[in-house]
Amino acid sequence: MAADRISVEIGAGELVGIVGANGSGKTTFLNLITGYLTPEAGRIFLMGQDRTGLPPRVITRLGVARSFQIPQLYTNLSVLESLLLSLAAQADKGAGFWRPLYRHPWIDEGMETLGRFGLEAYAHRPVNELPEGGRKLLDIALSFALKPNLLLMDEPTSGVSIRDKFQIMDTLIKVVQESRLTTIFVEHDMDVVQRYGRRVLAFNDGRVIADGRPEAVLADPDVRKAVLGRV
Amino acid sequence: MRLLTTIAMDGTVFAAILFLISVGLTLVFGVLRILNVAHGGLYAFGAFTATTLAVWLLDLGANPYLTYLMLLVAAVLVGVIAGPLIERVFLQRVYGRAEAIQLLLTFSIFLILDDLIKLIWGTKPLFVSAPYTLLGEFSLSGIRYSWYQVVLIAVAIVFGGVLVWAVRGTRIGKIAVSVINDREISQAIGINVNRVYVGSFTLGAFCAALGGALIAPTIAVAPGFAVDATVLAFAVIAIGGMGNLEGAALGALIVGLLRAMAVHLLPEADLVVIYVAMIAVLVFRPQGLFGQVELRRI
Amino acid sequence: METKRLPLAPAVGAGLLLVVPLVLPDWMKFIVTLAMAKFVAVLAVALFLRANLVTFGHAMFYAVGAYAVGFSVKWFGFGDVVVLLPVGALLGAGVAALVGLVIARYREVFFAMLNLAFSMMLYGVLLKLYWLTGGTDGLGVGVPTFLGYAPPREYLRDFLYYTTLGVAGIVIYVVHRFLASPLGFYLRALADNEIRIEYSGESARRVLYHTYVVSGALGGLAGVLVAFTVGHIVPEYSFWIQSGDFVFVALLGGYGSVVGPLIGSIAFEFIRTYASKYFPNEWQMALGIIMLAIILFRPGGLWAIYEALAARVGRRTSERQRA
Repeated sequence: MAADRISVEIGAGELVGIVGANGSGKTTFLNLITGYLTPEAGRIFLMGQDRTGLPPRVITRLGVARSFQIPQLYTNLSVLESLLLSLAAQADKGAGFWRPLYRHPWIDEGMETLGRFGLEAYAHRPVNELPEGGRKLLDIALSFALKPNLLLMDEPTSGVSIRDKFQIMDTLIKVVQESRLTTIFVEHDMDVVQRYGRRVLAFNDGRVIADGRPEAVLADPDVRKAVLGRV
Repeated sequence: MRLLTTIAMDGTVFAAILFLISVGLTLVFGVLRILNVAHGGLYAFGAFTATTLAVWLLDLGANPYLTYLMLLVAAVLVGVIAGPLIERVFLQRVYGRAEAIQLLLTFSIFLILDDLIKLIWGTKPLFVSAPYTLLGEFSLSGIRYSWYQVVLIAVAIVFGGVLVWAVRGTRIGKIAVSVINDREISQAIGINVNRVYVGSFTLGAFCAALGGALIAPTIAVAPGFAVDATVLAFAVIAIGGMGNLEGAALGALIVGLLRAMAVHLLPEADLVVIYVAMIAVLVFRPQGLFGQVELRRI
Repeated sequence: METKRLPLAPAVGAGLLLVVPLVLPDWMKFIVTLAMAKFVAVLAVALFLRANLVTFGHAMFYAVGAYAVGFSVKWFGFGDVVVLLPVGALLGAGVAALVGLVIARYREVFFAMLNLAFSMMLYGVLLKLYWLTGGTDGLGVGVPTFLGYAPPREYLRDFLYYTTLGVAGIVIYVVHRFLASPLGFYLRALADNEIRIEYSGESARRVLYHTYVVSGALGGLAGVLVAFTVGHIVPEYSFWIQSGDFVFVALLGGYGSVVGPLIGSIAFEFIRTYASKYFPNEWQMALGIIMLAIILFRPGGLWAIYEALAARVGRRTSERQRA
């Protein structure tokens, strides 16, 4: 069972971490909420309403944005162009076809956002020239630029070298806190969770087995056994 | 009632032909995930080679029953020569490149093969009727059929069965399935993926050529042959599910019966009905009747 | 990300095209007119190639445009080029709007094959309903008029030439704007990452659908122009080999640019006129070999070769300036 009766309440502006061993259902949780997967049985409620079966496109327009474990980027466009596309997507009727993508309010906003994530130097470079940490940051920046009400980050530091991990998390947490953006981040690394999470949920076998402050949750023996494999 | 039997018989004969044309195409797609537009060219090569070999044999005054052997020999020749040549020299250079490019590569090879046939055999139609007439005829509902057509149906069924068994039951087949499912892991456990690719493509080429060789005695082979066969094969495997052997059989049956119905009931629609069927299936089941949907992991 | 190329060369090219009818013999005028007309359809195909999608069915819209002219002449005795151009474009867009409802859901091989199926269905209909379409005999276009004016015979070719040139120019501008717009960028993004598109709140299907409708209009325009230029309309306008020719030219000219396909189209028409006359049985094979060479060695096509040359010339000029 990948997800079993999960019910979580998160207040505006909260910063919540999710931990769990591989296969415990963390990414499936995100995939289900955002509509990438449809449950075989059961319903999905988001912000009080039944959203089961809605595709990611609709969920995103409801204000829920998400970043990915493996960065989902437009490999053949430039960094700024990718960001501009996020801005263009917010237009009421979707992307237009007459006025150019490179237009002033968007370019300014795009460069400002890139600046916040430390990527402005790469603005006109192709996406595939970004280093690994930059790719992760761009992946999150693209979702952040959608001005969501809720940002879901799937393992923002996975695949990043130990040296860069904290640097990246510092940047990310600073950005979301400045915007008071409600954020959930799934994380593998206990140190990262302990340092940045105000509240932690522990997943195991598709269920939430603990919910509270990081010190408490990570000291819980059940959590330690399930997630760390030791007591 | 008579009309029904005629349609059923015509449809089944046509289905057998379609299956033989298409099974190689679906096989190659299944393993290499490339749609081989040149498939029709290999089919035509098989038909022309078979006709030439059979005529040559008859000119030597040999036993006409040996022409059946010639059909097989032609298919093997084309498969074994063209298969590795195309796969190793051209196809392997575009693995991993954009799909559009792979499609265009096989399309170029198709154009080359089509003209090569004109260069080698000229533009006049060729035919050899001995294999077709040798087995005699029979009547069904007032229409005369040749026993050769029945043999075609039998060969299609047997051949299909052999292929299914080869994929499911033999070690080689399982290795091929492993490569289909995950190329990297297959390489990691020591499977020679390149050899699987060459082998699969060669088998597909052989199937195409065999289809052409077997059909050759029933018609006059002429340039332009390849174009029709290619489009038909596409339609059949799209309906059945690309990469699926049983799907090719079902697709062939559906298209064969539909065409027989059109020919006897509404002749103007005989070209159109195949495409209508393809569109209808793809609209309701985009992956084909037996195809599978793959969802990317994120 | 598109750096500025020598603006001189395109200006020279445009200038050349403007004076062609004044200097070249009639049969060459005809070829260039045909090339420019077909270029409009090739551009439609090139749009999809940028999204890593091959369409083997755009001959469908081309045929719609051409037969619009044919039926207009046959039923209403009306053969006005200027009026029928937008009619052809609208009809092409209309057919694309219908067919696109089905097709925009598909990608890769299925996209190619469904396009093929629809175009071959049209071919079958055009062929079999001979009492309506003239079957293999086809339809004629009579005497073309331009907003009511029927030019004298000696100038008809020139009128057609400049009309086609004008349409090609407008199309280049429109497509250029399209590609610079959010939709144009999303089209390229389709080839890269549809998941990211969907998770941005944009619909990949919508992007494809709109592009498809635009491409249908372009195909229709091309069909109208070619119908008048050639003077004869046959079901083969919808045959998949015609679609294949469009794809080939897009590849030959270089589908990454808007002008590349024009160069490819002109080259193609000239080569074809010579080759099919002297090498009727080897012509397709030559096409196939050239395509193979482009795919394996120079995927950017003729335009990429031009850009490489221009870059080298630019470097040498600046070296000389420094020296």
